[in-house]
Amino acid sequence: MWSHVTPRCVQCIKNKSFVRPFHKPSFQGKSSTASQVSNRKQITVGPLQNRISNVLQQWTRSYSAHFTYVPDTVPSSEGETVRMNLFQAVNNAMDIALASDPTAIIFGEDVAFGGVFRCTLNLQEKHGKDRVFNTPLCEQGIAGFGIGAAVAGATVIAEMQFADYIFPAFDQIVNEAAKFRYRCGNEFDCGRLTFRAPCGAVGHGALYHSQSPEAYFAHTPGLKIVMPRGAVKAKGLLLSCIRSNDPCIFFEPKILYRSAVEQVPTRDYELPIGKADILLEGENVTLLGWGTQVHVLREVAQLAQDRLNVTCEVIDLVTIQPWDRETIYNSVVKTGRLVIAHEAPLNCGLGAEIAASVQKECFLNLEAPIQRVTGHDTPFPHVFEPFYIPDKWRCLEAVRAAVEF
Amino acid sequence: MRKVTTINSILRCCSNGKYLPLGCTRPSHKVSPVLPAFSSQLIRIRSYSTVTPEGEDRPEFPGAKSGWTDRLEFVKSDLYDGIPVYRVMDREGKVLQEDEDPKLPEEMIVQMYRSMTLLNTMDKILYESQRQGRISFYMTNYGEEGTHVGSAAALNPDDMVFGQYRESGVLMWRGFTLDNFMNQCYGNELDLGKGRQMPVHYGSKDLGFVTISSPLGTQMPQAVGAAYAFKRAQKGQCVICYFGEGAASEGDAHAAFNFSATLECPIIFFCRNNGYAISTPTSEQYRGDGIAGRGPAYGLLSIRVDGNDTLAVYNATKRAREMAVKENRPVLIEAMTYRIGHHSTSDDSSAYRSVDEVRFWDSTDHPISRLRNYMLNHGWWNDDKEQEWKKKSKTAVMEAFARAEKKLKPDWRLMFTDVYEQMTPDLKQQLQGMEDHLKKYGDHYPLKNYAKSNSPIE
Ligand SMILES: Cc1ncc(C[n+]2csc(CCOP(=O)(O)OP(=O)(O)O)c2C)c(N)n1
Ligand SMILES: [Mg+2]
Repeated sequence: MWSHVTPRCVQCIKNKSFVRPFHKPSFQGKSSTASQVSNRKQITVGPLQNRISNVLQQWTRSYSAHFTYVPDTVPSSEGETVRMNLFQAVNNAMDIALASDPTAIIFGEDVAFGGVFRCTLNLQEKHGKDRVFNTPLCEQGIAGFGIGAAVAGATVIAEMQFADYIFPAFDQIVNEAAKFRYRCGNEFDCGRLTFRAPCGAVGHGALYHSQSPEAYFAHTPGLKIVMPRGAVKAKGLLLSCIRSNDPCIFFEPKILYRSAVEQVPTRDYELPIGKADILLEGENVTLLGWGTQVHVLREVAQLAQDRLNVTCEVIDLVTIQPWDRETIYNSVVKTGRLVIAHEAPLNCGLGAEIAASVQKECFLNLEAPIQRVTGHDTPFPHVFEPFYIPDKWRCLEAVRAAVEF
Repeated sequence: MRKVTTINSILRCCSNGKYLPLGCTRPSHKVSPVLPAFSSQLIRIRSYSTVTPEGEDRPEFPGAKSGWTDRLEFVKSDLYDGIPVYRVMDREGKVLQEDEDPKLPEEMIVQMYRSMTLLNTMDKILYESQRQGRISFYMTNYGEEGTHVGSAAALNPDDMVFGQYRESGVLMWRGFTLDNFMNQCYGNELDLGKGRQMPVHYGSKDLGFVTISSPLGTQMPQAVGAAYAFKRAQKGQCVICYFGEGAASEGDAHAAFNFSATLECPIIFFCRNNGYAISTPTSEQYRGDGIAGRGPAYGLLSIRVDGNDTLAVYNATKRAREMAVKENRPVLIEAMTYRIGHHSTSDDSSAYRSVDEVRFWDSTDHPISRLRNYMLNHGWWNDDKEQEWKKKSKTAVMEAFARAEKKLKPDWRLMFTDVYEQMTPDLKQQLQGMEDHLKKYGDHYPLKNYAKSNSPIE
């Protein structure tokens, strides 16, 4: 019954771009099912990791993870690979950025000793104290300093210790970084500026160690916003952000720092900003997420197959801004149903923007109202987290609602 | 010979202009008539101005209050040795200047000691329980017990406290029970915060302790606002605001200092300078004369105390409170201490400081041993009492711990309350959605760990 949904949007069909064959990024994940993969593998101690502090264990340990991590695989044509988790991949990207660009600098709170998540481990030893350094504890200072350095010609990688603590820097990011080029007629710009910020649920982070504030920044023209789902993506996307000529915010789902282990190419590579990845092809429902949520959705696709006998197309948005409309529209044209899931609250979350756009562009293709499964419109609670997050059961129920509409 | 600086001499220094140029703005010669409040300021300024004698040509700039100079000279940040560290006792608990001993009654000193050691015992057990995965997170107060209890004991019960997160001793002194602490750390149904925040985010309206919030520095301007409201209410209340030397780098700290001075608020800023902000040592946090050194520039009365000397902390806070309330003047106290524990259970400090360094402070300059020495010197304490108290306090902690652990988490539906005073239609709908969802999928949720509220959730 759900085996085929015919695209009916005349405009979409007329507009060739919407029915173009799916573009497959080189590092697109294989459509492996959740059961094929285990995230319990031991991390090998490589050159990047001579010490994992408790810090990381604390924030990346999940009492009972609400998802199963599915690693990406890269074709052998990508050359040599090394087993890395997400923090090592981020570290590796920054190492390459520092080595390949003498103007590059990295700074933030506690960055010198490796950062509380170990992302900058050994970088100071390797590249010098003038290139990798601690700042005083002041996010607005970090952001402003970063903007200035970028305006003056440096390549800047600035760390916000937690995405939850990016808000003191909101003014600098939203009113300054985002608008710099525009307001001076391109006389100056701070494009060589990247903010890295660990985000997302970890199981016990409560109000201020769990937030996913991407929508606040997506609301601001002038910023590019990226969130990787794993190690391979993190390395290539971070290098793209660092080398992009627009200011970028790179949100790192902190629960993945250790659990996202993949064979990561050792070479210097970049992955496109603004390109979504289709991780699983399906016919009946499009499941759209980013960051950790992608892994939840993969499991949902399996559950939907088993329990509802429908096939889901799982898409990782990857870039929050500018988001890949074409890939999403094409998928919805095909499936007629869209479930968007994100950890951030419902109200004015990114899902709202996507839903509004999709209903406009794919109105006649839609077989059911677009479903959003998100955090509730409350602060992120500590002991209620299992009831707060858009877990697989809430997502599955949304799939059911979409197909039974 | 080391010169012992007394609290009186420091405060004198502060108010004779050496550290603190008093008086708000220099009155313009053109202002007339002079308002009464203004003229009293004028008198103050006259008596403190030493640069140019009255009647001479002086800079007229609206923001200036000094004289002219014809020498090209930059003010150096290392002009003076820095504000000295006020102390009452040496490390052996011997009082250095008899008249600086606050002469607190035996009972009170013993009570202070009991609070400090009970806190220490509670820290050990809760830290360990996090290690065993029984609570999700913890932060110890090791080495900073003196700053907590010394300051808390000098306040009035109706004063208001805005804390950072490492001031559990203040709350303990004010009457937060072991059960209160444990219930919060477990986020169980008895937690006053309804299980919403991470462990150590305590708070109690009854005890005038505003609930802790993780974002650093945010409590500082809030505390100033509270002090302003207290000033207008004229009930002689004061606000104390605790913060770390790391948090003092946030923009909010600047706002707080500046607002408190310009709006003349009865507030005590209490900086716990424990040497580190997670891994960042003070040398990478600030330059110049620390946190207290900023006070004069903002127009705050300022003092630096030995935070491991509980009596010095007491004296400084007591006097600060008097001045803050009587004169509506903000006071900045920088208590020098050392964070003996890791930053939190998420931290392994051996990655950035030596074990020897930690051992030095733990064994040589600990506030608990210093206060114990003081009690021993007075014959108020002995080994038997120590043993007995150790046993008793440990039992009390363990019992409270066991009680808290047995309790259920709060009703999960409390996730939706207190976002607004009244639940909005949206939230009611989301709550209903969750109820419906759990009817179907309840098996997949840890519902059995959560209480079912008897009262309606709204
Ligand atoms: C705005 C903000 N930025 C960063 C953090 C992360 N953080 C938590 S505690 C801490 C160090 C604070 O040091 P300090 O103020 O000296 O207090 P201490 O831990 O030494 O008591 C940091 C960086 C935070 N909680 N809030
Ligand atoms: Mg500190």
